[in-house]
Amino acid sequence: MFGEGIIQGLLETARNFFGSYVEKDRLTTVQYPEERFELPEASRNFPFLLYDGPDSDAGLRCVACQICEKECPPRCIHIEKSKDKKPDFVGKQQFYPAVFDIDVSVCMSCQICVEVCPFDAIRMDKVFELSTSDRFGGLLWDKQELSKSNDYYREIHPTEAAETDERRTKELAEAQAKAAAAAAAAAAKAAQAAANPPAATPGSAANGAGAPAKQEAANPETALPEAKVKQ
Amino acid sequence: MIAAVFNSVSADQIFVWIKHWLVVRTPSPLQTLVSILLTILPIIVIFPALFALSVLLERKGLGRMQNRYGPNRVGLFGILQPIADAVKSLTKEDIVPRAADHVVHYLAPLLLVGAVFLVYAVLPMGRNMVAVDLDAGVLFFFAVGAATELAIFMAGWSSRNKYSLLGAMRAIAQMISYEIPLILSSIAVVMIAGTLSTTIIVDRQAHYTGTLAHWNVFTPWGLAGFILFMISGMAETNRSPFDLPEGESEIIAGYFIEYSGFKFALFFLAEYLEMFSVSALAITLFLGGWSSPFSFLAWIPSWIWFFAKLVVFICFFIWVRGTLPRLRMDQLMNFAWKFMLPMSLIVIFSAGVWRFLPHAVAGSAPLGLVVRWLVCALLILVPYVALARALEQGRHIEKRTYRFAE
Repeated sequence: MFGEGIIQGLLETARNFFGSYVEKDRLTTVQYPEERFELPEASRNFPFLLYDGPDSDAGLRCVACQICEKECPPRCIHIEKSKDKKPDFVGKQQFYPAVFDIDVSVCMSCQICVEVCPFDAIRMDKVFELSTSDRFGGLLWDKQELSKSNDYYREIHPTEAAETDERRTKELAEAQAKAAAAAAAAAAKAAQAAANPPAATPGSAANGAGAPAKQEAANPETALPEAKVKQ
Repeated sequence: MIAAVFNSVSADQIFVWIKHWLVVRTPSPLQTLVSILLTILPIIVIFPALFALSVLLERKGLGRMQNRYGPNRVGLFGILQPIADAVKSLTKEDIVPRAADHVVHYLAPLLLVGAVFLVYAVLPMGRNMVAVDLDAGVLFFFAVGAATELAIFMAGWSSRNKYSLLGAMRAIAQMISYEIPLILSSIAVVMIAGTLSTTIIVDRQAHYTGTLAHWNVFTPWGLAGFILFMISGMAETNRSPFDLPEGESEIIAGYFIEYSGFKFALFFLAEYLEMFSVSALAITLFLGGWSSPFSFLAWIPSWIWFFAKLVVFICFFIWVRGTLPRLRMDQLMNFAWKFMLPMSLIVIFSAGVWRFLPHAVAGSAPLGLVVRWLVCALLILVPYVALARALEQGRHIEKRTYRFAE
C-alpha cells in the first residue's frame, strides 16, 4: 500500500545482481563454444553409415537395398546400386552402394532410415555442428563423409552398439554353424554320391546343397530387425 | 609543463581554463564562434559517449539481475559491445514505409534529438560550467523538453501505422500527465531558492552547516519532492516501468515501429539523453548539482561530482528497469492524477511552511531545525498515509486461482 513492495522487489534484484558475481551456481548459462554440455547417450542428429574393420569401402554394411531411400519422409537419401557384388560379414555376396548421398539441409533427423534398415548399416550420429560456408557441395554428404567405423559407434552409443554387436556375432555364429552343417551334409552327400557313382556327378550335388544353406543363413538376419520395427 | 598547468589552475576549473586559453589564442573575429563551438562540442561528445556506456551497463546489469552473463564476447568482458551495436545500427537498411509522410517521418528523429540536446544548455555540469546561464533555466528546460512530445507525435503520425499512432497517443497522454507532477515538484525548489536559474539553485545548495551541505534533498519537502520528481521523470522519459508507449506485447515498438537503421538509433539515443537530462535536472534541483555532500570532500573537482551523481542515477534507472514490470494504461493514469498530483501539491505546501517557520525556537537554532523538520515531515507523511489508504479502499486484491492451469 505504501510502496514497500517496490523496495522488496529492488532488494530481490540487488540480491540477484550481487549473487551472480559470488555464487557461480546462479548462472545457468553454458557459454557454448568454450563450454558445452555432455550430450546424453540417446541424443541423435544425423545418420551415418557403419563399416566393420579398418577399410570403409570393404567393410561397409550397406547393401544398397534402398529401403531407407524409399522410407525417408523428406527424401534426402540418394542411392545408386553397384553393378558387381562383394561379400558381406557372413560371406554372402551382396550389392553395395556405388553412390550414397544424404542432403544435410533436407534431413529432418527422424531416424526412420535407422529403424527400417535390415542390415544395421545406418545409425544416428551425435554431431550437430554441421554448418558450412558451401551451400551446395558442403551440405551434400557422400559415401566417404558418411562412413564411420563401428568403433566410433561403440564410442557414441555404447548400449545400442553392444546390442547390435551381440546380435551380429550370434548371427555370424549361426551362419557359420549352418555353413558348417551344410558343408558336412554336402560332404556326406558327396561321400554317398561317391559310393553310388551312377546317380549324379559329385560337383553338381555339392552346388545344389550349398546354395539353400546359405540363403537360410541370411534369413534370421533379415527377420530380426523387422520384428524390432513392428514392436 | 603539465605540472605547471596544474599549479596555475585548479583541477576544478581545468576545463574552463582550457576553453579560455583556446579562445584567447584565436583571432578576435572568430572568438565568439570558437567559444560557442567549444561549449557545444563537449556536450555533443560526452553525452552520447555516456549513452554508449549506459547501454553497456544496462545490458550487463540487467543480465546479472536475471542471472545471465550479459554481452561478453566483444572485447574484454564485452566492453566493446557499444561499438559493435553502433556499427550494426549504422549499417542497417533505412526503410521508410511507402504510405508514410516522408518529410515528417524524416524530421521527427532529428527534432527529437535536437530538442533533447538543447536542454543540456542550462544544466550546470561543474562550477562555472554551464553552456547558457539563463535566468529562467528551469522554465527553459521544461519548455524545450516538452518539444520532445511534438517529435514523438510526429513520428507516430507520419509512420501511417496503427501501432505507431497508438504508441504516440499513449506517449503524449503519459508525458502530459506526468509533466504536471514533474513541474509541480520542482516548483517547491524554485520557491525556496527564489529563482528559476539553475546555476543559482546549485549555488544556494553549495553551502555547508557543519560538514553537511544544504542540499534540498536533506529537507522533508526536498526528499518527498525528489522522489516525486524521479517517478515523474521516469514516466516523462518513457523508462521502465512506465515504458508502455513501446510495450512490445501490445503495440510492438510504439511510435518508432516504422523506424530502422540510423533513425532508430537516433530515437534510442534521444531516449537515453532524455533520461540523462532529467537525472541531471534532479541532481541540479535536489542533490546540489556539482557540489559535494560533505565539506571535507569539497576538494574533489565539481565536474567529477556531477558526473558521479549522474552515473549513480543511471545505475538506479537500470536497477528499477530490472525490477518493476510495466504498468497498465489505467494504472498509469490513476497514479498520475490521483496520487502524484495531490502529493506534489502537498509538497509545495510543505515547502511554503518550511520557508515561513521560524529558524530558531526559544533562541536555539538546532531545536528550531528539529521543529521545522518534524512539522514539515508530518505535513507530508500524514496526507501520504491518508491518500494511500483512500486509494486502497474498496479494492480487494485476492490471490488469483486458475481453474484449468493447476
